[in-house]
Parts: sequence; structure tokens; C-alpha cells
Amino acid sequence: MTDAPQPKIQLNDVHKAFGPKVVLDGIDLSVARGESVVIIGGSGTGKSVLLKCILGLLRPERGSIRIDGEEVVGLRGKSRERVLNQFGMLFQGSALFDSLKVWENVAFGLIQGRNMPRQQAKDIAIEKLAAVGLAESAGDLFPSELSGGMQKRVGLARAIASSPEIIFFDEPTTGLDPIMADVINDLIVKCTKELGATALSITHDMASARKIADRIAMLYKGRLIWVGPAKDIDHSGNEFVDQFIHGRADGPIKMELRA
Amino acid sequence: MEFVATVGRVFLAFLSHVGRLSAFTGTAVSHIVRPPFYPRLIMRSMVEIGYYSLPVVGLTAVFTGMVLALQSYSGFSRFAAEGAVATVVVLSVTRELAPVLAGLMVAGRIGASMAAEIGTMRVTEQIDALSTLSTNPFKYLVAPRLLAGFLMVPCLVLVADIIGVFGGYIVGVYKLGFNPSSYISRTWEYLEPLDVISGLTKAAVFGFLISLMGCYHGYYSRGGAQGVGAATTNSVVSAAILILVFNYVITALFFGK
Repeated sequence: MTDAPQPKIQLNDVHKAFGPKVVLDGIDLSVARGESVVIIGGSGTGKSVLLKCILGLLRPERGSIRIDGEEVVGLRGKSRERVLNQFGMLFQGSALFDSLKVWENVAFGLIQGRNMPRQQAKDIAIEKLAAVGLAESAGDLFPSELSGGMQKRVGLARAIASSPEIIFFDEPTTGLDPIMADVINDLIVKCTKELGATALSITHDMASARKIADRIAMLYKGRLIWVGPAKDIDHSGNEFVDQFIHGRADGPIKMELRA
Repeated sequence: MEFVATVGRVFLAFLSHVGRLSAFTGTAVSHIVRPPFYPRLIMRSMVEIGYYSLPVVGLTAVFTGMVLALQSYSGFSRFAAEGAVATVVVLSVTRELAPVLAGLMVAGRIGASMAAEIGTMRVTEQIDALSTLSTNPFKYLVAPRLLAGFLMVPCLVLVADIIGVFGGYIVGVYKLGFNPSSYISRTWEYLEPLDVISGLTKAAVFGFLISLMGCYHGYYSRGGAQGVGAATTNSVVSAAILILVFNYVITALFFGK
């Protein structure tokens, strides 16, 4: 009998509340090395909060978050930096630094986080920009000079620049037209496969989820109400999942609307 | 009963702000003295605060010196003490007016800009992005600005001292008819190093406070454009109030006896 391989990311009974509002109510999730898991769910269900808890940007009140078996809740200083060095993240709004050129944004983690010489980091940045389909000349522009789709590509280039073991994608296709969204999805699949990275994404774009996920989990009212292979999402047997993936107003999920 | 509850809530909110500001200050100051350092960012902040504030501080100082000469001449002539104009101008400018007025002008220019920049970074997740790129936001955003404010506002005030006294000289000599050499000798006669040192000490404290308020309100801004706007206003108002409070405290420490 052999031991099961250790998950890359392991969450056990994670709770997070903001005042009286409970956002995460006992999350259990395991992501294997090299796997791509997508968390779906409506707006305001706590998807971004979950990612921020794993990154240490928010601290859960209760529960355990392990990366490679190491407990990361409450890590500070050098220990936290060491763990964060394994991560790359594509933010919903790209979160590019306005005051820096595109190449400096991509090379930021290499220069500041790993003390790499600027010229060497610039060469890597240009290489990563090429990997996401951007020309070298784009490197000398500022983020405000780019379209939304190009900003997403730069954000993706920054997320993969330091060849991270884990990449988080926060609403990677929100605000993009369907064709650009598909381009970004293809790039996400290509980049994560090439790096052999573990990916955890959050989205409510089902086309994106189907394309980039090995497994899909649905978050509703602070709990993961369904977790399964992406190919099973259309016959999950869960009425909440069915309503969500078909975008129906009628069903067990009620929008909290006030007249 | 409702009134008591409201007062209690306001008091608790105040204590919460004081606690959060104290923790913010402690963390920020600890990052000023601990490596890694960011010399490029420190230099950039120093240029932004010191060099680009020179015109506004210079204008403030020259007109303050000119007005002070006119006002003190008109007031002192009532008891035949016009000869004290040069002394009043130099003591008022170096001890009080240059640091306070320069501080208030820099608070409006730099404090607001810091709060807006850091606040925008907060609401667009750029500060979270810094953390995920293994860069401590305190070390990268806050510490260089605090250090630059602490170092550069005294330099500005030193320049303001000179320009303010020069403004008084212009009015004294060309409008009020003072003899140039006697005006200059009167200026030096009663000036002591402590007068300038007290002004520069105030300036260093004010510079630190201006940067602290700009960074603090920007760092904790919430809720998009409205939140950034509120952070900007709060940073200027709180810096101005702190400048006035600490002006009294430092004056009492230097000249209280």
C-alpha cells in the first residue's frame, strides 16, 4: 500500500467573517500538484476572500491552510515571503503598477523579490511578454497606454515571470470580449501546462471554467456545495450548480434584491 | 440612552483609529531602519517633496516676509519701535512662520498626492499585488516617503527662512526706507542658532507627520473613487491639525520656560 501524494494546496475547515457577515463557513478543498481547479459562484460569495486567505492577505478566524504540507495561516516576515515566492497571481483588474513601464511590471518580482540584475530581469520580461503574444515594443509602454485585453496579458506575463509553482487567477476574463476572453483562456492553459504549475482560479464565466479547469468547485453561502471533474459539471445532479451554469433566474439560488 | 450609546461608539471608533495609527507608525518606522532599502524610491520621494515643492514654499515665504515687514512697521510705529522690524521678521520667520506655513503648504501638495496615489493603489489591488510579488508594501511605499518627508521639509524650511527674510528686506529697504546695511545688521544682531534649529526641528516633525498622514489614509482607503477622495481630504485635514498641535508642543519644549 502506498501513501496518497501530498496535495499542493490543502484547506481544512476555513472560516472567515467580516463583522456579522460570514463569508467562508468551513471550506475544505484539496488541490493536487499540477492540477487546475476553478471555483465558481455568484458575485459576493467569497471567492476572492478565499484566494486572499490562502495568500495571507486576509487571516481566517479558524481552520488550516497548508501549502506543500506547511501551515501558512499566521506566517509572517521571511517565512511568508518564502511561501509567497512560490505564487503568481493574475488579478481581476490586472493590478499593474501605473508608475512603472510594462517590462518593469513583468520583471517586478524578479528585481524586488529575487534581487535579479535589471538587465537580466528585463530579458526575462521580454521573453514572458512574447509568451503571451506581446511585442518587445510593448515593454516600453505604460499600463495606461494598453487596452484591457493587453493589460490582462501583461498581468499574466507578470504572474508567470518568476516561474511560480502555484498560480491564482482572479476572474481572468471579466470585462473582456468573448474572443479576447478565449485568447486569455488559451494562454492560461498553455502557460500553466508549460510551467507544470498548480492553478486555482475563480470565475463566474462558465466558458472560461470549462476551458481551464480539471476540476470545478462551486461556492455558495460560504460553503463548497459541489466539487467534481469539469467534464461532469453538466450532469452534477446539484440543482444549485445547474441553475448557476445555465444562468437561470429561477431556482434555489435567490438573489438578495430589495425593492 | 441613545445619546450615550452614540458617544460611546464615537469614542470607541476614535480609540480604534489611534490604535491602528500607532501600529501603522511603529511598523513603518521599523521598516525605515531595516533592510532591504530602496534608494531609488527614497530619491524619487525626496525630489518630489523637496524640489517640486520649492516654488509654492518660496512664494509663500517671500510674501509672508513682505507682509510681516509691513504689518510690524505699521504696528510698531505706534510706540516708536520701527527699528525692531528686521528682528521681528527674522525671528518670526525662522521660529514660526516658515515651518508652519511651509508645513501646511506641503501638507496640501504632498500629503494629498500621497494619499491619492496609495489610495488608488489600494482600491485597484496594486498593494495586494506588491505582497504577492514578495515585496512588503510598508517597505516599498511607506518607508521611503516617511524618510523623504523627514529629511526634505527641513531643507525646504531653510530655503523658506532665507526667502522670507529676503522678502522682509525688500519691503523694509525699498518701501519703508530702511538703510540696507543697518537692516541686515539688525537681522543678524538678535538671531541665535536656537531660533533656526527650533524651526528646523519643527520642520522635520511636520515632514514626518505629513507623510505619515498621507500614507496612513491612503493605505486604509476603501470603496473606489469616493474612498480615495475621502482619504485625500482626511490626510490634509489631519496633517494640518497635527502640525498646529505639534507646533505648540515643540515651541513649549524649546521656549516654554
